[in-house]
Amino acid sequence: MDPAAAKLIGAGLACSALIGAGVGIGLIFGNFLQGALRNPSAAPAQFPNLLLGFALAEATGLFGLVIALILLFVKL
Amino acid sequence: MIDWLFITAAHAATAEGGGGHGGGHHEGGFNPMEQFDIVRYVDIHLGGYDASFTNSALWMVMGTLIVLGFFMHSMKGGNLVPTRMQSVTELAYEFVANMVRQNAGNAGMAYFPIIFTIFLYVLAMNLLGMIPLPKLGNFTVTSHIIVTFALAMFVWVGVTLIGIQKHGLKFFKLFVPSGVPALLLPLISVIEVISYFTRPISLSVRLFANMMAGHTMLAVFGSFVVGLGIWGGWLPFSFMVALMGLEILIAFLQAYVFAVLTCIYLNDALHAGSHYLPERRPARRLALTFSQPLNLQTKQEN
Repeated sequence: MDPAAAKLIGAGLACSALIGAGVGIGLIFGNFLQGALRNPSAAPAQFPNLLLGFALAEATGLFGLVIALILLFVKL
Repeated sequence: MIDWLFITAAHAATAEGGGGHGGGHHEGGFNPMEQFDIVRYVDIHLGGYDASFTNSALWMVMGTLIVLGFFMHSMKGGNLVPTRMQSVTELAYEFVANMVRQNAGNAGMAYFPIIFTIFLYVLAMNLLGMIPLPKLGNFTVTSHIIVTFALAMFVWVGVTLIGIQKHGLKFFKLFVPSGVPALLLPLISVIEVISYFTRPISLSVRLFANMMAGHTMLAVFGSFVVGLGIWGGWLPFSFMVALMGLEILIAFLQAYVFAVLTCIYLNDALHAGSHYLPERRPARRLALTFSQPLNLQTKQEN
């Protein structure tokens, strides 16, 4: 296979890490809502943890995106 | 091996524009990576090292001066009843102080100044990157891996030294958690060691990736607005407004995450091998922070 084509395909494949980020963010917010509706008085205390979880989950997907950008833009 | 760590996407993008496969800004095409270009303003070479004053350095100086100027100006009076500006400063102070107390305990408060500094630095850089300035354009310091990696490495080395100074050889209990079955212990230890040594990488790549991905996305959507012109551009433009909001949220969130993880690492070093968790006082809601600033102590007691 042409190395340039392989690079592009690899970059596309690396972006599939964002599937996990999407699932993770959905799980975090979904579960937060579930918990918050069961016990609304405990919800505000967990708000910082919600944001922390969101940021951590999103970052994991972005690691994959960085790999894709490296494949596309960095000359090895 | 970790060469790529030190190659910013910007450098690569310019290299590609020079002699790559025809992309880049030479043919008038749009390149979303162009915003990460490093431009030298003053050439300085110290003993073989390139210490030029670049646009990155300029934005760092700007951010630092803004934070410093704001803090000095707002605290000039030092009033008992704070003015509006002073209460913003006090809010920021209390926000980070609470964070350190919750995540690293009272022993961590000795390191509060450095964590406060790191938080404000990252926050200022992230937020300043959202503002395009005339002549200077738009540049985000934290979207370069070398900047965030230097910050993360500083935190990691510092925290490790604090741990070793505090506990001596007992610090390495961190890698041998108590209460683990002997059969699993070799496996767990290896995992713990690996996770400890990848901390600076994950800490820096998290911030860098968020900032770079966000700004690349903004640039791409911005090009849609320009490309579709005055009739079709409204749809992506309205989307851009929403994205801007998201990016400002992420700018704040990533500064917060960076500071919280610093606190957590510090907690590991201060209380190595003792499974110590600081008493988790109910954290106040972020929104609450902005409506009722100064009744912290009473809030937490009841």
